[in-house]
Amino acid sequence: MEGVMSHESDLNLKATELRLGLPGTEESTAKNNKRASPELVDDGQLFKLESDAKAGDRETAPASKAQIVGWPPLRSYWKNNVQSKRTEAETGNYVKVSMDGAPYLRKIDLKIYMGYSELFKALENMFQLTIGEYSEREGYKGSDYAPAYEDKDGDLMLVGDVPWEMFMSSCKRLRIMKGSEATGLGCGA
Amino acid sequence: MAYSFPEEVLEYVFAFLSSDKDRNAVSLVCKSWYEIERWCRRRIFIGNCYAVSPQIVIRRFPEVSAVKIKGKPHFADFNLVPEGWGAYLYPWISAMARSYPWLEEIKLKRMVVTDESLELISKSFKNFKVLVLSSCEGFTTDGLASIAANCRNLRELDLKESEVEDLSGHWLSHFPDNFTSLVSLNMSCLGSEVSFSALERLVSRCPNLKTLRLNRAVPIEKLPSLLRRAPQLVEFGTGAYSAEIRTDIFSNLVEAFSGCKHLKSLSGFWDVVPAYLPAMYNVCSRITSLNLSYATVQSPDLVELISQCPNLKCLWVLDYIEDAGLKALSSYCKDLQELRVFPSDPYGAEPNVSLTEQGLVTVSAGCPKLQSVLYFCRQMSNAALIAIARNRPNLIRFRLCIIEPQAPDYLTLEPLDTGFGAIVEHCKQLRRLSLSGLLTDRVFEYIGTHAKKLEMLSIAFAGDSDLGLHYVLSGCESLRKLEIRDCPFGDKALLANAAKLETMRSLWMSSCSVSYGACKLLGQKMPRLNVEVIDERGPPDSRPETCPVEKLYVYRTVAGPRVDKPDFVWTMDEDAALRLS
Repeated sequence: MEGVMSHESDLNLKATELRLGLPGTEESTAKNNKRASPELVDDGQLFKLESDAKAGDRETAPASKAQIVGWPPLRSYWKNNVQSKRTEAETGNYVKVSMDGAPYLRKIDLKIYMGYSELFKALENMFQLTIGEYSEREGYKGSDYAPAYEDKDGDLMLVGDVPWEMFMSSCKRLRIMKGSEATGLGCGA
Repeated sequence: MAYSFPEEVLEYVFAFLSSDKDRNAVSLVCKSWYEIERWCRRRIFIGNCYAVSPQIVIRRFPEVSAVKIKGKPHFADFNLVPEGWGAYLYPWISAMARSYPWLEEIKLKRMVVTDESLELISKSFKNFKVLVLSSCEGFTTDGLASIAANCRNLRELDLKESEVEDLSGHWLSHFPDNFTSLVSLNMSCLGSEVSFSALERLVSRCPNLKTLRLNRAVPIEKLPSLLRRAPQLVEFGTGAYSAEIRTDIFSNLVEAFSGCKHLKSLSGFWDVVPAYLPAMYNVCSRITSLNLSYATVQSPDLVELISQCPNLKCLWVLDYIEDAGLKALSSYCKDLQELRVFPSDPYGAEPNVSLTEQGLVTVSAGCPKLQSVLYFCRQMSNAALIAIARNRPNLIRFRLCIIEPQAPDYLTLEPLDTGFGAIVEHCKQLRRLSLSGLLTDRVFEYIGTHAKKLEMLSIAFAGDSDLGLHYVLSGCESLRKLEIRDCPFGDKALLANAAKLETMRSLWMSSCSVSYGACKLLGQKMPRLNVEVIDERGPPDSRPETCPVEKLYVYRTVAGPRVDKPDFVWTMDEDAALRLS
């Protein structure tokens, strides 16, 4: 393949020579393209990367290929609409966590917890507090704090009333309430 | 010389000319025809917003009522055009607000539209009727609120696939209570929920509503209420098409759909629960257009639906349909003209569905009217392409995307040159072609030789040398748009065919081998082209002249170099060449 610099005479000589190399992967010192040349996983079929060193690194690559910018040619609008389920599966379900009185919020990924007890342990760790025992009747006993969350409809709900999966899908953000406001939440219905 | 006809008569005759080509031809006959025509041209199409300036347009055509403008190059759809590149609507609106107070229609594609522009539109044009924003960005739902509130005669609001900053669904409630002129509303790209009661009331009071495309946030249980209020609908897009399986929801839907005797087009179908698809069966026999590209439903359910639609002309679907589903399609839908198959898992390493080249071959064999194809798949063979070409010489648009770049014929391991060669050879009316797979310069020789009606060509990861580009530029007589990425095309072919570029709308080349020096030379040689280098690494003259540019965008223009360039775009013009050499 002719590099820009070596263009001498006619267009014919090596023009029809078949190669399986990628365009642009010739070591051309002038080509200083910041954007990565398409890098493909060596999946044992046809493609041999120009540099064997690269191929070696790639043999243990994950199942999903290294992505080339803008390929396959799909509009990001479309990707967002169809792929959203899949993307969520890959990137986790991060929700903001605020604590009354704290200067800034935190974020946690609900996906990594198997259930409420793990979640509470993590929150207790993060904010240096105790959450207490859940009871349907009285909310969270034995503590000044109560974990609450904002659901899809924007309502403030007590954590723990619904099954974990349902909570995960409806929780938009978490709020750790403190003091009388917190215990007020646990009383009554 | 005496006139044969008075001006008024000529004007009357010209009014029957709708095609721009005809009007342009008429304008060239003589000066008086030029004058008469320019005063009575009402509809303007600007294929590249930088090819002409608002001032030039307004000067020539003083009484325009409909404008269509396209902005960014097509590859912007795939994130190849950096943010902030341009295509701003505002200068156009601000000029037109002064000069076209009776403007009725604005249709845009890939333009940057701000809330300010939308507000200006809503306040400047008293008889404003049609706003279509296709793949646009830069505005929020506040802008939509201005349109809703102020455009008393609005007929059409179509947001196509724009990227809107969705602040809230409140914009819809801005349509006044006495607003009844709506004919078409497409809000499918919006995320927020609109007030459902406002939507219901809007639908109820607009008796001419023919198109209603809802967004995902409208739940399936609410559809019957809308359909009952608009039985005259022709085009309908659902929201999320899912709910727990309940017979009352189902039967309400069935009844509501049955009332719509004029439905021809269906879309939406996010999050489909297959059990609800049969609710539409009553209308399927009249359906001509079905957009299932968000419907993550398996093949058997798709086939059941499609088998109810014998009059289907246009189908957009995910590859869940598989070869088996396409076979069914080819036997049930003999009127099919357009097929688009999108990949459900484009980044997965392994195929997740059984969709191969065979599906497309079968459809090409079974659907005699098929003329437009967009097909994503993971394997292709020359034999299949040759079969498709022989089956369907009436193809007009053929876009094939084999997901793996440079994938060869999976049977013979050869390049796909002969396959695509057969396509251009047999399909003599082909206007649009997108290539993929392993391709050498030979495919371009075939294209240059045969594709005489080809207007738009998209090339990626193909070819061996400048010869490939040369074949295309020298052979494709009707070529208007050429877009190339990651191909070893360089200076020689570009410079040798410089004159060709003035006959085209635009050329895009990214990650190719065109040097900065060649770009300068081209800019110097061709003053009526804007030769723009897009390079985010900094000024091109900080690197050697032989260094290839990141991206090149060349287009003909009468407006001179852009005055609104961002800092990563450089125009290669005479001044630049002299200054920098």
